[in-house]
Amino acid sequence: MRYMMLIYSQENEAATPEEMGVVAANHKAVMDEARDHGVFRAADPLEASITATTVRIESGKVLVTDGPFAETKEQLAGYYILDCEDLDEALAWAARIPTACAGATGCIEVRPIREFRELSSVNA
Amino acid sequence: MHDHHATVEAVFRAESGRIIAGLIRVSRSFDLAEEAMQDAFAAAIVSWRADGIPDNPAAWITSAARRKLIDYARREHTRRNNEDQLLYESLCRNSAIDEEMSRPFADDRLSLIFTCCHPAINMEAQVALTLRTLGGLTTSEIARAFLLPEPTLAQRLVRAQRKIQKARIPYQVPNAGSLPERLSAVQAVLYLIFNEGYSASSGDSLLRRELCAEAIRLARTLLELMPENPESMALLALMLLHDSRRDTRSSADGQLVPLEEQDRSLWHQGQIAEGIHLVERALGRRSVGPYQLQAAIAAVHAEARTAGDTDWKQIAALYSLLKAGQPSAIVCLNHAVAVAMSESLERGLALIDDLGASGQLDSYHLYHAARADLFRRMGRNREALESYRRGLTLTNNTVELRYLRRRISELG
Repeated sequence: MRYMMLIYSQENEAATPEEMGVVAANHKAVMDEARDHGVFRAADPLEASITATTVRIESGKVLVTDGPFAETKEQLAGYYILDCEDLDEALAWAARIPTACAGATGCIEVRPIREFRELSSVNA
Repeated sequence: MHDHHATVEAVFRAESGRIIAGLIRVSRSFDLAEEAMQDAFAAAIVSWRADGIPDNPAAWITSAARRKLIDYARREHTRRNNEDQLLYESLCRNSAIDEEMSRPFADDRLSLIFTCCHPAINMEAQVALTLRTLGGLTTSEIARAFLLPEPTLAQRLVRAQRKIQKARIPYQVPNAGSLPERLSAVQAVLYLIFNEGYSASSGDSLLRRELCAEAIRLARTLLELMPENPESMALLALMLLHDSRRDTRSSADGQLVPLEEQDRSLWHQGQIAEGIHLVERALGRRSVGPYQLQAAIAAVHAEARTAGDTDWKQIAALYSLLKAGQPSAIVCLNHAVAVAMSESLERGLALIDDLGASGQLDSYHLYHAARADLFRRMGRNREALESYRRGLTLTNNTVELRYLRRRISELG
């Protein structure tokens, strides 16, 4: 089962390149290990939430707004997709993903990915 | 020396939009383009003092800014990533830059307007960005015009520019499919800038006039770039017609002077003539839109030699068309007032009372002010007084407060 791990953390615009470097190195270590275990599928960091644009349809019209879906203290900062046996394995990996940037705290939301096979069997 | 400063400033106001639009196209960066332009203007002050003002100041600035751009690209090159490497390479192909920069500028400004008014940027930032990049206003002037601390406005601009860069908001005229919607977003931003200058009650009055003048200049540019769009014609007309009354809208002591009490001999006839001409041209395209209807209404007012000559019947008809497209409270109220003036006060009052029946307008000061005005005209002073007082509790706008207080004291 593939799990998506959404990284929510406080954005820190004042982070120095050195601090960013430490966070990146920590991520790289987790990714390398996940690759070694054959569970790694994808992972990417996102640009800061000020670059976000939200699109919704209201009464048939496309409505584009500046900003993320929700203005919260912690913002979506990146994601991993790992192929794990079960949730326990996924949670174990999630616990190792760095969420903190320069001392700020954050969390990881773990969500199983719905496979297309399941979707089509529902339709059938 | 003062002369050189004045020339530099005049060139900045008139040409910076054009110049920066070209620089952004070749550098694909708001930051670098702006830095290059600022440095070029700074260099101009020094150089023109020594060597005199060049024949073509804008061309001088453009080529100075272009050289700065190449310098920055070299500087950035040493410490940035791959994307900048590509930028560096393209900038350093000197012939390519010359060719790029010598292409017609008009397209650049049009692309830039659409970038600055992109819906993925919030409205306040669209306004600030448009004024900053296409208008000739400095950050501190915009901040003062909008009564904001300068760092707040500067931050807003930086964020918007970062978003354009990082989210890759395109720098181009939208395709035919999305053009109408995007164009009306641009028109909305320009109209907002105008209204900010026109209707606000406080702040630096000189800068507010500057804001109106800037909005008119931008609307003129938009029309120049897309000359066939009737709504753009009408937008410019609407601004010109409103602005023509600027010297009569408030008294020496800052009191709001209603339209019917304004000294029409002080209206700017040149602007009125141009406005009316534009409205007629727009309506000739037979594709009516909200700006055309509003401009037509303003034109009817402008054509009346005295308040008593106003063709209220035509105004009521125009408002009724406008109401069909955008039934906002303010449009419906204006329609009711026009009906009151053209048919009967009672009929107008009945329309206003219908609007208020749902109770949704209870907290809207203009609803009470409009009712009060009709009661006053009917001689129903007690009810007029009551409604003026109700309106008074619902607005903070100093100019409107003064107007309502004046009416109350006249009746009381």
